[in-house]
Amino acid sequence: MSLTVKQRMCCVRTTAITADCGQPEARDKIEREIEREIEREIEREREREREREPATRDRIVSPSTRTEQPRAARMKHRSSSEQHHGKRPRVPAAAASTSPQDRMEDKPPSNPRELTQNPLKKIWMPCKNGLPEKHISQRKICMTNCPTLIVTVGLPARGKTYISKKLTRYLNWIGVPTREFNVGQYRRECVKIYKSFEFFRPDNEEGLKIRRQCASAALNDVRQYLSEEGGQVAVFDATNTTRERRETIIQFAEQNGFKVFFVESVCEDPDVIQENIVQVKLGSPDYTNCNTEEAVEDFMKRIKCYENSYETLDEVLDRDLSYIKIIDVGQRYLVNRVLDHIQSRIVYYLMNIHITPRSIYLCRHGESELNVNGRIGGDSGLTPRGKEFGKKLSQFILEQGISDLKVWTSQMKRTIQTAEALHVPYEQWKVLNEIDAGVCEEMMYEEIQDHYPLEFALRDQDKYRYRYPKGESYEDLVQRLEPVIMELERQENVLVICHQAVMRCLLAYFLDKTAEELPYLKCPLHTVLKLTPVAYGCKVESISLNVDAVDTHRERPENVNIHRTTRDALQTVPPHL
Amino acid sequence: MPMMRGCSSRTKLAQNQDRAVCMTNCPTLIVTVGLPARGKTYISKKLTRYLNWIGVPTREFNVGQYRRECVKIYKSFEFFRPDNEEGLKIRRQCASAALNDVRQYLSEEGGQVAVFDATNTTRERRETIIQFAEQNGFKVFFVESVCEDPDVIQENIVQVKLGSPDYTNCNTEEAVEDFMKRIKCYENSYETLDEVLDRVLDHIQSRIVYYLMNIHITPRSIYLCRHGESELNVNGRIGGDSGLTPRGKEFGKKLSQFILEQGISDLKVWTSQMKRTIQTAEALHVPYEQWKVLNEIDAGVCEEMMYEEIQDHYPLEFALRDQDKYRYRYPKGESYEDLVQRLEPVIMELERQENVLVICHQAVMRCLLAYFLDKTAEELPYLKCPLHTVLKLTPVAYGCKVESISLNVDAVDTHRERPENVEVSRMSEEALLTVPAHQ
Repeated sequence: MSLTVKQRMCCVRTTAITADCGQPEARDKIEREIEREIEREIEREREREREREPATRDRIVSPSTRTEQPRAARMKHRSSSEQHHGKRPRVPAAAASTSPQDRMEDKPPSNPRELTQNPLKKIWMPCKNGLPEKHISQRKICMTNCPTLIVTVGLPARGKTYISKKLTRYLNWIGVPTREFNVGQYRRECVKIYKSFEFFRPDNEEGLKIRRQCASAALNDVRQYLSEEGGQVAVFDATNTTRERRETIIQFAEQNGFKVFFVESVCEDPDVIQENIVQVKLGSPDYTNCNTEEAVEDFMKRIKCYENSYETLDEVLDRDLSYIKIIDVGQRYLVNRVLDHIQSRIVYYLMNIHITPRSIYLCRHGESELNVNGRIGGDSGLTPRGKEFGKKLSQFILEQGISDLKVWTSQMKRTIQTAEALHVPYEQWKVLNEIDAGVCEEMMYEEIQDHYPLEFALRDQDKYRYRYPKGESYEDLVQRLEPVIMELERQENVLVICHQAVMRCLLAYFLDKTAEELPYLKCPLHTVLKLTPVAYGCKVESISLNVDAVDTHRERPENVNIHRTTRDALQTVPPHL
Repeated sequence: MPMMRGCSSRTKLAQNQDRAVCMTNCPTLIVTVGLPARGKTYISKKLTRYLNWIGVPTREFNVGQYRRECVKIYKSFEFFRPDNEEGLKIRRQCASAALNDVRQYLSEEGGQVAVFDATNTTRERRETIIQFAEQNGFKVFFVESVCEDPDVIQENIVQVKLGSPDYTNCNTEEAVEDFMKRIKCYENSYETLDEVLDRVLDHIQSRIVYYLMNIHITPRSIYLCRHGESELNVNGRIGGDSGLTPRGKEFGKKLSQFILEQGISDLKVWTSQMKRTIQTAEALHVPYEQWKVLNEIDAGVCEEMMYEEIQDHYPLEFALRDQDKYRYRYPKGESYEDLVQRLEPVIMELERQENVLVICHQAVMRCLLAYFLDKTAEELPYLKCPLHTVLKLTPVAYGCKVESISLNVDAVDTHRERPENVEVSRMSEEALLTVPAHQ
């Protein structure tokens, strides 16, 4: 047995342990050694992390309290001159693993480095002596090299905050750390009590001063978020209706090496504006002490204060800027100078969203045979109770009286069987298939603990990023589900019959849940979630269709240590046959 | 699929049902607008290629082609003079003939998108088209290309007009001069798009817009290659996640030299998340990005099997695959059709980028190649992508120039041609006839 334990650790994900000479005790001993080594390695990695700078951090284990997803390692390059060139700017190399000192290490080409597979995400990384070395970007694509500042433009009640919040939610869900900065919020913190529209009069010196200060405070927080806290996109939500104000922002961005992208909303339809005011302004802290009529009147005057000085983004004067102008809630768009990947994704997203009232229904397939046996994955059919759910679902849908309901399923038997019970047309999407549990497919949790205790523990340590061997992670799922989200945004009334992990991902998008919360969202069988967009968010109604079913929700156990006992590991497994 | 009498319940070969989303309910007519030499045909051809690749049956109808068939010999720009009655009549007829073919393609031949490629520079002409579309139940989407940069126009003329059948008997100077006058004929009556079309973009239109925003014409090259020879390759096994053989590592070194020799500025390197592509990239000593979606096709239950073993264990599956290799999905695995869907973001990002080297896998490379070279679903799964060979793709005129560069490192052949007998009842020998040699 000439291989070192460390080398064997690298091989542990492949089929056989090569040094196995056929004796079970020897193999057990090797496995235990490997586990100990892995644990030591994890501890060493933690040590290194503590010493390393934030940008290159890659957590192997993270019982983390971070609310945002970790930013993938990337180059510190910032090219502030890219933005306003006439031609397509050159974007510096996006791959993340170079930092100036790394480049120098690479100079003398030697033998290719050995690879080791990260135990959590199953990503192959170069290593020295069996230990992971550099941190290659694991993100599908490095979205931006330099952070992006999105700037809204438009009169009050044109949907700027709606767009800001929605965009922020979308970008965070797909893994781009984003935060919105609403100047109105800053103003409310500064001027504790809102008196009237007079504050916004263009000749109100005091008001102007405060508003300018608030904008500066917000920009300062933007700078901190993008330059120091690992943010990638900041949405600066304010009217920004004058060219002068926008110029200030552009200069601010240039100084700090941020790209700027403007999102202007232009609308003159009085009905849309009225509806807007009713939906979001009346409930605003500004108007808690007013009745509807007073609030509407005051707000209309507020809008008037901006109108005279409003300088819309102009095709000629602003031709060097990157922007999208949304006209009449998406009737027309004007897009100018989309510079990079993230901007084109943003434009695509903005062109697909709408505000037509509608509802999205999410549910899982009816109870399946494997469910009842406490097994995950697979492609089994419905139990009698599962079929009962199908019938109840059909009744429910009829009662809802929805016009033009689209029904989507995965390509797995159990969702299709459920849809069949509805006797309506439905579409099958392969990307709605349940998370691929790889080697653990069709296993019970007890069996996973038995055969792969290390894997089981790693999964509990970071359920979002953990990838099953030869399978997927929740993080992979989100990427695969992005086209579904995009199409859901385009559609109106839709019923999605899917699976537990898939439903958690979709729900997290609509309810703005973090990566840490997502894998533990409760999505029980035989329950429909009805999501209705309202104001800036989503109303959720949970409707149980009163058909019994096994519980498939496994909470995170207290002990997630790889050395925990079987009992500790299986503590939260729901009962099954 | 629901069980029907007399029908097999196999889901893997179902066609329309597996489509991610029904793109359009009614067909779409895309109409280009713009003066000559503004890139309308470039956009039309590229868009058509992209839509066909993602599975939307699309065809382009170039009115200039119809005109060339009608007026056999092109004399000069005079044909396009706005006061040339004869010329106008012929051009109107050609446009009608093209629209008629559009109607037939969309209404009778199962087409979903037709690209009507002509100048369409007057409101009157566009109004005619809008009415035509309304009568036939087609949606209309205009794509206008506006450009006043003389360098761009000049480059355009040099790249695609000089080689046009119209100018075969002219020298460069004459051709350019005539073409400039041709452009002038349209300029006076040019009415840029300002139609207020009162509707919201549908799915296919928003996909088209997204695509058009991402493409560019900056010169660049895309390099496609597979990982170096792997252990499983040598044993005639498919899939898996094995490492490189010594010859595979040799390829890595040769690839590194090759890349240096090419002297490319700002080369991006992409790999999959499988060990063999990453090992290959490591040999280049440059930064690279790992994409999970570049992983090899998932062969499901057949992972790591030899073809002989697949024939042994799953002879029916093996035959079905030979019958329709593009749509065939391995049990618990994927099909080429699935692969294309999963690779679409890669194509979109490749369009955005400039110089890129993609180190991937056989099936993946076939899909990417099919996009660039406009191959059909039938040809795609049989494209030749041997190990240790780099394909250099350079966009030129309306298409792509391909250079195949073998790096002279021996490797096993992994290409299996379609055997003659694809019947389910065939014998083992017939099934295994085209399996390449291995250990």
